[in-house]
Amino acid sequence: MKEIILIAVSAILVENFVLTKFLGICPFLGVSKKSSTAIGMGGAVVFVMTLSSIVTWSVNEYLLKPYDLAYLQTIAFILVIAALVQFVETVLKKFMPALYKALGIYLPLITTNCAVLGAALLNMERNYTLVQATVFGFAAAVGFTLALILFSGVRERMETSDIPIAFQGLPITLIAAALVSVAFVGFSGLFGI
Amino acid sequence: MAKAKGKSFAVLTNGLIKENPVLRLVLGTCPTLAVTTMAKNAIGMGIAATFVLLGSNIVISLIRKIVPNKVRIPVFITVIAGFTTIVQMLLHAYAQDIYRELGIFIPLIVVNCIILARAEMFACKNSVGLSILDALGMGAGFTLALLIMGSIREILGAGTWFGLPLTKDIFDPAVLMILPPGGFLAFGFIIAAINKFSALKIRNKEIASGCGLNCPGCSASGSNGGDPS
Repeated sequence: MKEIILIAVSAILVENFVLTKFLGICPFLGVSKKSSTAIGMGGAVVFVMTLSSIVTWSVNEYLLKPYDLAYLQTIAFILVIAALVQFVETVLKKFMPALYKALGIYLPLITTNCAVLGAALLNMERNYTLVQATVFGFAAAVGFTLALILFSGVRERMETSDIPIAFQGLPITLIAAALVSVAFVGFSGLFGI
Repeated sequence: MAKAKGKSFAVLTNGLIKENPVLRLVLGTCPTLAVTTMAKNAIGMGIAATFVLLGSNIVISLIRKIVPNKVRIPVFITVIAGFTTIVQMLLHAYAQDIYRELGIFIPLIVVNCIILARAEMFACKNSVGLSILDALGMGAGFTLALLIMGSIREILGAGTWFGLPLTKDIFDPAVLMILPPGGFLAFGFIIAAINKFSALKIRNKEIASGCGLNCPGCSASGSNGGDPS
């Protein structure tokens, strides 16, 4: 149990996907303008990443390993994730239209979110068990959402400030991200990870 | 003939500066930030991605007429994943240290938006020859951007360049630059420098062409009151 909690906390804070591992930077810069879109994207990522961690782990364990196909991991995982996103979209549309409406436009974007594939690959690299892999996927997605929501707050404040022309838009966003990232670097060393 | 030659040259150089995938189009930011702690890793990543881009551009341009429009994205991704796996195995076999340094970011070339973007925007509409040139140009542009980032971060953060000690007697390296925040910081300042540079160029052009005061660019910057001081 202790180990599971350790994996969760370190995935959220110490190895935050966006701010210390640089996974999922595109959606981080793209949808963090407003808190509402940040929450929408975060919700979609938590949903898909937890599911994809379970599915990719099972594919690896029951399909790739027995037939000695580990070298096909990258191809298999990206196809599984793409299919999963499509499947989740269809199921939500049919059975949970309210949730589908809320997550709608963010779901297709997730296929190319490197955080999802990254989590699947890290699970394999670290030889996690199914439970550990699921917790890691979920916690990493929560960390992603946390970074997104925190940063959207920073960006909302930045909108009214007086910024030199050359720094307007992307540059100041990146520099603000650097400052937020400094805060997360402070977590490294927590539990000696 | 001369015109065709001019076009191929334009395609080749397009990716280097004018449409540099990282610095102008802001694609593929994840590897740009993650692997540029050292100039050597930046080059390794640049070459690996260029190889995948070259392979996928060639294949996609060859099959562009037989792939139905509806399933083109899954097909493209499968092709890209195939080449990524090849690169991964080659690096594992022949360049162990680069393989270890780049780690998870080698398989993640699959989701590098530059490669899918070139497949979608260029390779599926143009001939094989032009697609090869486009891949080489874009790959070189990507490598160049990574090299700039990697050099700045390595020199400021570790005081070395490609492992050679450079600034040992001048200043103590700022370790922050090779930590994650340094990636964001360096990238932000590079983009700002490019903005400044291209703004200067536009302004010069405006002066040369005798632009009036009411063009959108001027009035926008005026209303913002965005004076750098």
